[in-house]
Amino acid sequence: MSPRLYFLLLCAFLWPVLGWATGLDFIPLHRRETNWPAISMFAFFVGATVWLSRWAAARARAAVDFYTGSRGISGFENGLAIAGDYMSAASFLGISGLVFVNGFDGLIFSIGWLVGWPVVTFLMAERLRNLGKFTFADVAAYRFAQMPVRAFAASGSLAVVIFYLVAQMVGAGQLVQVLFGIEYAYAVLIVGIVMMAYVLLGGMTSTTWVQIVKAVLLLVGTTLMALGVLLQFDFNPEALFARAVAVHADGGAIMAPGGLIRDPLSAISVGLALMFGTAGLPHVLMRFFTVPNAREARKSVAWATGWIAYFYILTFIIGFGAIVNLLPQPAQFYVDGQVSQGLLGGANMAAVHLAKALGGDLFLGFISAVALATILAVVAGLTLSGATAVAHDLYATLWRRGRVSMDEERQVSKMTTLGLGMVAVALGILFEQQNVAYIVMLAFSLACSANFPVLFMSVLWRNCTTRGASVGGFIGLLLALGLTLLSAPVWENVFGQPVGSAPFPYASPAIFSMPAAFLSIWLISRFDQSPQAVHERALFDEQLIRSETGFGMVNAGRR
Amino acid sequence: MSKLATSYDHIRDNPRFQALVSRRNRHAYGLTALMIAVYFTYILLIAFRPQWLAMPLANGMVTPWGIVLGLAIIVLTVGVTSFYVWRANHEFDREAGEIRKDSLR
Repeated sequence: MSPRLYFLLLCAFLWPVLGWATGLDFIPLHRRETNWPAISMFAFFVGATVWLSRWAAARARAAVDFYTGSRGISGFENGLAIAGDYMSAASFLGISGLVFVNGFDGLIFSIGWLVGWPVVTFLMAERLRNLGKFTFADVAAYRFAQMPVRAFAASGSLAVVIFYLVAQMVGAGQLVQVLFGIEYAYAVLIVGIVMMAYVLLGGMTSTTWVQIVKAVLLLVGTTLMALGVLLQFDFNPEALFARAVAVHADGGAIMAPGGLIRDPLSAISVGLALMFGTAGLPHVLMRFFTVPNAREARKSVAWATGWIAYFYILTFIIGFGAIVNLLPQPAQFYVDGQVSQGLLGGANMAAVHLAKALGGDLFLGFISAVALATILAVVAGLTLSGATAVAHDLYATLWRRGRVSMDEERQVSKMTTLGLGMVAVALGILFEQQNVAYIVMLAFSLACSANFPVLFMSVLWRNCTTRGASVGGFIGLLLALGLTLLSAPVWENVFGQPVGSAPFPYASPAIFSMPAAFLSIWLISRFDQSPQAVHERALFDEQLIRSETGFGMVNAGRR
Repeated sequence: MSKLATSYDHIRDNPRFQALVSRRNRHAYGLTALMIAVYFTYILLIAFRPQWLAMPLANGMVTPWGIVLGLAIIVLTVGVTSFYVWRANHEFDREAGEIRKDSLR
């Protein structure tokens, strides 16, 4: 099928979703005039990235390229691409928005999302590179029975990808809404269409390069913003914080923990999710397969960690900059000019409005374009890893037992991309009122309760068996998913139940679901005496040798 | 394939391989434990002693210890990661390469 046909199909599927969402009329409209300077910048950027995608697509023919970008990416480049994947709408818009509303608590998210990286580097990155082919399921299934492990890995990937996608859709939707002055639902739909064009026309090679370009632009943009803020206070953070305390309604409370995370159990639970979730993100794990060897995999994580750390420090400054610049000017940035009515487009837009306050419409255009490109590229990476999970793990390996051509696999992957896009648009509309960093944290809760325990135990523990990994993984995944649906943000804001009625009172399920997964993997494996289990334990030595030295990689790395 | 299988046995019984695995694991798990200890100390302070983190650096200032400690953790994270990668790329990789070569002799 030609790309054009996909577009038509896509539109046909998406219009009813849109009609349903607008028909229900629950979308608050903050119509504003269209911002042409900003839009010109945006159009220029989108044109450039689409051109880049097409150029790269022309060079990516084999499916190996489509998934993992020819393995010809250096550690430094891949590090920027990983940082690009990670510095998403959630990081940029979400953390600055969290800081804007709650002050200190935004820093908890920054730190938590960063400390996951050393864990990934020390325990996972090179082992994954030595064991894996296309998806993290290849790693988990190295010595296990294919069927159950791949079924689990694909489900885990899809669940994480969908939550992560929703966060990006909400961020992008609000951004397009503010920029173009159109309704939120239309904005989300446009983002959905553009994002699928991205993936279907480009594939992994192009998204790797788009990630790199975008990471650099985002770092430049946020650096300029943070400099602008610090310049207002002669590079004295104390003066910035003092001014923020003076103008914020919560006063000194914004310099202390507790604005967002109110009870101890929630703090620990969120802390667990943020740290260990990183090691279970399918779209980030996938990036370890695009480098030629373990050495480059390691280097890329080190580079990524550095860039991400720098970026998080900037978002914190930007959040405080938004407090001191936006709060004193309600007429320009708030709905009806009233602080009580909320920020135009929601609190996720704090950084975007700050750009306007600092550098006028052109800078607003630049930052919005960079933010949107960020979102599109992250969404492309996410969609692709979700599509790979379905096409490679579920369809090619499970359903067709490996008897399938690469072309066919690619077709399935493209159809899945369309499906994911539709789900993301629909959920993006439902989740409009959520902070995007918070939604991503929920994705991390799933990742650290399902994908991470299975990967960790299968790679590092000899006695782990198929039965333990797959059943334990599903227990963690379902528990995390169930508790998330029962928690306040989903139960009350999405399902529309009364405030205070959510059955699960904590901010994240991780503190229950992650130990549950580890415990059940351990228990079930321990008591698994099947011949299969004995065989799998015997295979551990071979897996260990390959994961530690890379020996045998060339023989097994190609089909 | 059988040749490959013998090589696996060969590597497994190579004392250099076992030494490499245990040395690298000590290095990796040690640093992981350090990161987890530092981070969860911070998280537990947030959970149980938020007022400690809210204490200003000095009288009359608004910048709290919590922000300074948070930034210190961010810097530590980058430092520890770079240290690991430096050691792995200089020391462990050479060793793994030699073990691979050994096994093919």
